[in-house]
Amino acid sequence: MVSAVRTVGTGPLPHALPGLDPTWSRTVVVPDGRGRERTWHLLDNGAEPVHGTLVCVHGNPTWSYLWRGLLGGVPAGWRVIAPDQLGMGYSERLGDDEEPWTVAERVADLGRLTDALGVDGPVVSVGHDWGGIISLGWALDRRERVIGAVVGNTAVAQPPGDFGPPLIRLAHTPGVRPFGCVATPIFVRATSALSSPALPKDVRDALALPYGDAHRRRSVGDFVADIPFAPGHPSYPVVAGIAEDVKNLDVPALMMWGPRDPVFGERYLRDLRDRLPRARVHRFEGASHLVTEDAPEHVDAVAAFLDDLLDPPASDDARPAAEGSGDRMWTALEARADDDALAVAAGGGTVSWRDLASRVAALAAGLRAAGVQPGDRIGLLVEPSTDLTTIVYAAWRAGAVVVVADKGLGFAGMRRALRGGTLDHVVGHRTGLAAARAMGLPGSRISVEPLPAPVALLLGVSQDLEGLVALGAGAEAPPEPDLDADCAILFTSGATGPAKGVAYTHRQARAEVDLVRATYDLGPDDAFVAAFAPFALFGPAFGIASSVPAIDVTAPHTLTAPLLADAASAVDATVVFASPAALRRVVATRDDLTDPQRTALAGVRLLMSAGAPVPLPVLEQVAEVVPGAALHTPYGMTEALPATDVSLAQIREAGPGEGVCVGRPLAGVRIGVVPFGRESDGPVEHALPEGGTGEICVSAPHVKDRYDDLWLTQRRSASYVGWHRTGDVGHLDDEGRLWVEGRLGHVVRTADGVVTPVGVEQRAESVPGVSAAAAVGVGPEGTQQLVVVVVPDGASSRRTGPRGPIGVRGADLDLADAVRAAVGTPVAAVLAADRLPLDVRHSSKVDRSEVARQAARSLAGR
Amino acid sequence: MRVLVTGASGLLGATTARALAARGDDVTVMQRRPSGLADAGLREVLADLGDPASAGLVRGAARGQDAVLHLAAKVDVVGPAIDFERANVGGTRAVVDACRAEGVGRLVQVSSPSVAHAGDALVGVGAGPADPASARGHYARTKAVSELLALDADSATTGLAVLAVRPHLVWGPGDTQLVARLVERARAGRLPVLGAGTALIDTTYVDDAADALVAAVDACGVSARGEALVVSGGEPRTVAEILTRVCRAAGLPAPRLRLPVPVARAAGAVVDGVWAATRRTDTPPLTRFLVEQLTTAHWFDQRRTRELLAWTPAVGLDEGFRRLAASYGTT
Repeated sequence: MVSAVRTVGTGPLPHALPGLDPTWSRTVVVPDGRGRERTWHLLDNGAEPVHGTLVCVHGNPTWSYLWRGLLGGVPAGWRVIAPDQLGMGYSERLGDDEEPWTVAERVADLGRLTDALGVDGPVVSVGHDWGGIISLGWALDRRERVIGAVVGNTAVAQPPGDFGPPLIRLAHTPGVRPFGCVATPIFVRATSALSSPALPKDVRDALALPYGDAHRRRSVGDFVADIPFAPGHPSYPVVAGIAEDVKNLDVPALMMWGPRDPVFGERYLRDLRDRLPRARVHRFEGASHLVTEDAPEHVDAVAAFLDDLLDPPASDDARPAAEGSGDRMWTALEARADDDALAVAAGGGTVSWRDLASRVAALAAGLRAAGVQPGDRIGLLVEPSTDLTTIVYAAWRAGAVVVVADKGLGFAGMRRALRGGTLDHVVGHRTGLAAARAMGLPGSRISVEPLPAPVALLLGVSQDLEGLVALGAGAEAPPEPDLDADCAILFTSGATGPAKGVAYTHRQARAEVDLVRATYDLGPDDAFVAAFAPFALFGPAFGIASSVPAIDVTAPHTLTAPLLADAASAVDATVVFASPAALRRVVATRDDLTDPQRTALAGVRLLMSAGAPVPLPVLEQVAEVVPGAALHTPYGMTEALPATDVSLAQIREAGPGEGVCVGRPLAGVRIGVVPFGRESDGPVEHALPEGGTGEICVSAPHVKDRYDDLWLTQRRSASYVGWHRTGDVGHLDDEGRLWVEGRLGHVVRTADGVVTPVGVEQRAESVPGVSAAAAVGVGPEGTQQLVVVVVPDGASSRRTGPRGPIGVRGADLDLADAVRAAVGTPVAAVLAADRLPLDVRHSSKVDRSEVARQAARSLAGR
Repeated sequence: MRVLVTGASGLLGATTARALAARGDDVTVMQRRPSGLADAGLREVLADLGDPASAGLVRGAARGQDAVLHLAAKVDVVGPAIDFERANVGGTRAVVDACRAEGVGRLVQVSSPSVAHAGDALVGVGAGPADPASARGHYARTKAVSELLALDADSATTGLAVLAVRPHLVWGPGDTQLVARLVERARAGRLPVLGAGTALIDTTYVDDAADALVAAVDACGVSARGEALVVSGGEPRTVAEILTRVCRAAGLPAPRLRLPVPVARAAGAVVDGVWAATRRTDTPPLTRFLVEQLTTAHWFDQRRTRELLAWTPAVGLDEGFRRLAASYGTT
């Protein structure tokens, strides 16, 4: 077949281009549907298609250069062909007397080309931008041979009520199109300027290279003209037909999406997802329209997708089933519907079990009556309050999914997270709804409090809480959602990279509640203070009274000892859930306690601090504040909380070691440690001999369901089937205790082996005069040097938070000698700093990557 | 093994010649001036390698040797180009010619990391190719040319195996180049720390460097040939720490002078100009090259070196500074 193609040249590329192997480039002549011979330029990796062929179709105004990563990066056995569409790139231009090509012609001509190239085995269609519809149309024409489909930022249809991407609409405007697209290179150049951070100039030049003059740009304008925005357009039926038929393309699909795309926004992703139910979606954080340029990891995603096509992944049945109580999140609440005792004290208000139960029931019915469907996602921009508790339980009861991103992420972080949460509804106070508007969040708006009509109109508010409660009062209760349906999307702190959305099902959330209740033996006589945000909502599920201190729980360091005592006395608390940042301030303000406040705290039998390890000296001071309490510090993460637990007494018993002792796995939880860098699956248990340091893995009924729309991340995190790879490093000791030694991304890889940071830091912090330390690596992996950055006692900085200079400088030599002696591992440099960058949520996790960056800059000299 | 060591009057050459002799090798040393090693029972040939008239002497010294370890070079930061050409390029050519003519099996060319250094910070890098075009200063440029020349002679057909070894900042007791100059200036209160003093720089204690050269003689043509390897201690430290430790070893207070980098760079440029215009040949206080060396990181990926040479530093920094202090009588 291939011999039938007349290859007319090895390639018309004028010179070497970054990342492009010139041997991929060639031209072939194939007759088109108009009966004319056309010269196509294409890139072809020339691989023997043992498994199949990828046919990659670029959009407008780009060319096959866009796919160079895939040409070089797919696994062996896959041929990759990326043609330049006719009139585009280095393919033949339209004759002056010819009509522009239509979508239908382009789909058919692409088929003629691939037939001529001898593509006759299994195929995977790959498309970006307007190449998406063409590649999918091409795939539908050879449905029996298509085994997968990949799309980048693209659209096949306009979602109802949508009039097309605003930027494209602008380019489509008759007066603008000839000028913007053809006469000037504005459109060509603007496309590659969408990237942030900006693409290297040589890459931007390469993308624009085939479109140097107006003649060469003619099809750029024609392409825009052929985008059907209205049913009257000649191409409308074709496009609409493809969009409809795609729903029957029953093959695995991969969507690699740049969320910063101003052209194809979230609604297009959503439309595509609805059409391709077998799609795996990966949102490449920070990437814009040219996702293959902005996210080089797209090659990893496609490679993983192809691997899975050949060897479909085992299902997650290996996950341990939750035995648990069989209860739902609202079971305990409903059981106390006739109880007038206090259920929740939060945000200055209180609510009884009876009132909470009836309001939840009414609101759940009201939400359904107002059109909230099972599976709908509700973004919560509500401060902790009895209203928030009501909304969450009502949403769960109605089958909706709550999406929670805390303020600790900052406006930009919340915006990124919530926009990625594909919201259907947003619930908030007036300020929250104003923020939702500023963030450009989709979805209907529900106000917590009644709003004056003009404000409601401005904020697009259609409902308020009281209205919905009234609507649902007395109405029939909605059917209970499936146990395996999603119930929440929680965002990670972002302390270790961009915040990730973590999806939980009802079953998993319930398993978490059961585990916490059993671990800490929470019974009917208990009541708790939640100074740790994730547990602030669990009171009704536990069936015990709860109280949230009068602080912003997302700013835990504002909690003082008196505020904690007041929260405790509101519910006669026996249990306190807190976080390290909160405890530091509580300890610092313990002398402000009044006698009644001390009495309230004396009733606490258990204090648990989660979120990050608490230094032993701080714990010992906490013990003075809550003298009757057993102190516990569980280990866990947003994806699995808690996983292990340890008490103060057990920490003392364990003594010093390499890292932080976080205790033994909780009931039903398994902990495994796998060697660094081992990607293969296999049994996790005993993967490393006892005491060996590696990545910590967790298996438990309450482990996250998945990362939301981060398919590649999820695939990696679950590469050991039934396990979650935590990204933490540590070891298990001979007594079965887990020691956490740091983050995988923070280990220092020296020529003599791996050094983990936590133990080094603990030993450095034991040196008199050192108040805090960070151990980081500088230099290339495998030959890194260990550097310890210390904050000397008395150092101060007005800046706090994760960003900004930390004032790195050489440390005094005597201090350096003392640190080296304490650390015991070769240290190339001891640097001093004014502070360490801490994450916002916990104010206790050091961003070692940032420390490393600043240290490396200093140590490079100049 | 019979080994000819050129340039044995320097600290590294003498130490290496002694180390070879100490393990039982039959060592001949060759340099312009008596090395003092003849007293220790080593055979000595006096010759100026850069002088074409010495060719016969060099050949004679190479005759019957199993290996030649070529250290002789003109090391300085000032002086006319022609002197460097003659000593470094001419000297290496004479040695290579002699090796070929006499059928010597191994040539270890002692080079310098500066042959591949264009002024950027070197952070955990391997040995890049020698590049005369971008090397800074006459010394680095002529050493780059001579390394290429020597490696070019590596040939399976002629039977000559060549290995280039680039020790980085060799120091130790008795070192008249680096340590003595620093101490002299510190004693005069004129030793500045340039900029923040945080550039990370690796150094090599002299006995460790000598061990590496002995290992290179053994490895040449066996486990490695035809390439260049950087040799360094693998324990980089900040410039300020190194200067302070040298001062401490010599019983002097830590340097207090701080010179901002731009000032130092400007001063270095002025000095370069003055020294060039007046053809002074004494050692200037500061040159642009020196400023660059003292304000940019220089440390290396030692994995390949250590694997191919089967060598690791036995002394290291801490013990090295103890020995340096002992040599100054401060401990």
